[in-house]
Amino acid sequence: MNETLITPDLVMAVPLEHYIAVSAILFSIGIIGVLMRRNLIVMFLSIELMLNSVNLLAVAFSIYHNDSNAQAFVFFIMVVAAAEIAVGLAMLVMIYRNIRTIDIDALKQLKW
Amino acid sequence: MAAALFYALSLICIVSSLIMIFHKNTMYSVLFLLVTFFSVAGLYVTLNAQFLAIVHIIVYAGAIMVLFLYVIMFLNMSHIINFQKSKAIKIAATATGLMFLLVIIAALSSATYNGNVTAGHEIGLASTLGHIIFNEFLIPFEVSSILFLSAMVGVVIFNKKDLIDE
Repeated sequence: MNETLITPDLVMAVPLEHYIAVSAILFSIGIIGVLMRRNLIVMFLSIELMLNSVNLLAVAFSIYHNDSNAQAFVFFIMVVAAAEIAVGLAMLVMIYRNIRTIDIDALKQLKW
Repeated sequence: MAAALFYALSLICIVSSLIMIFHKNTMYSVLFLLVTFFSVAGLYVTLNAQFLAIVHIIVYAGAIMVLFLYVIMFLNMSHIINFQKSKAIKIAATATGLMFLLVIIAALSSATYNGNVTAGHEIGLASTLGHIIFNEFLIPFEVSSILFLSAMVGVVIFNKKDLIDE
């Protein structure tokens, strides 16, 4: 089975800390997006970005520790993210039907 | 070569995600997140995780992005929407994110990493992951199908107006 695209010593050309740094930066960008934007769709997109950064970190640790279980967990995280986004977008459409906007500041009153 | 590929992909990833959260038009935000997803898939390939790279492209770029674009077209909001109320929220959110990043970096800079650093050859291939998922993780794999079924039923119930009115 010589199907690997890149030999392991080329993978090791990048230290693990750099993968951790990229994941931390992506997670922070996701946090900034959730806190800053009032648009419900962009907030969902930022949550997706945070899930992605965690997946990247898990895959990096899995490769550098030579353990496949983390990649199975990443697979299940993708499954749960798909279901979560389907339900979340359904809720978004329902909110839009009721209040005719997707600005979450319009949901302050808790009146409807 | 792989190192240069990694730095180029992570630069694309970070820049496009920054554009994603700062762009005023929602449609462009979704499309720039698509760029981010493809570069993350490229990072999986540089990590020798080919199966997860393919699944990532299929699930995120294929299914989730289509769902987002469909909802945007359904709600007819491709025009520029700016809900930003005050500049204080923007500054506070950016400060919070940067402080989180500072905490992570401060915690990890003092950590000593002494795992057995041996990158695996074949642990990212579909055959290896298939053996693991269908042996050790068989029950969670089957339960995830029930999760999908319940999500589907929930989506239908959410958007059925007659059921709510009765």
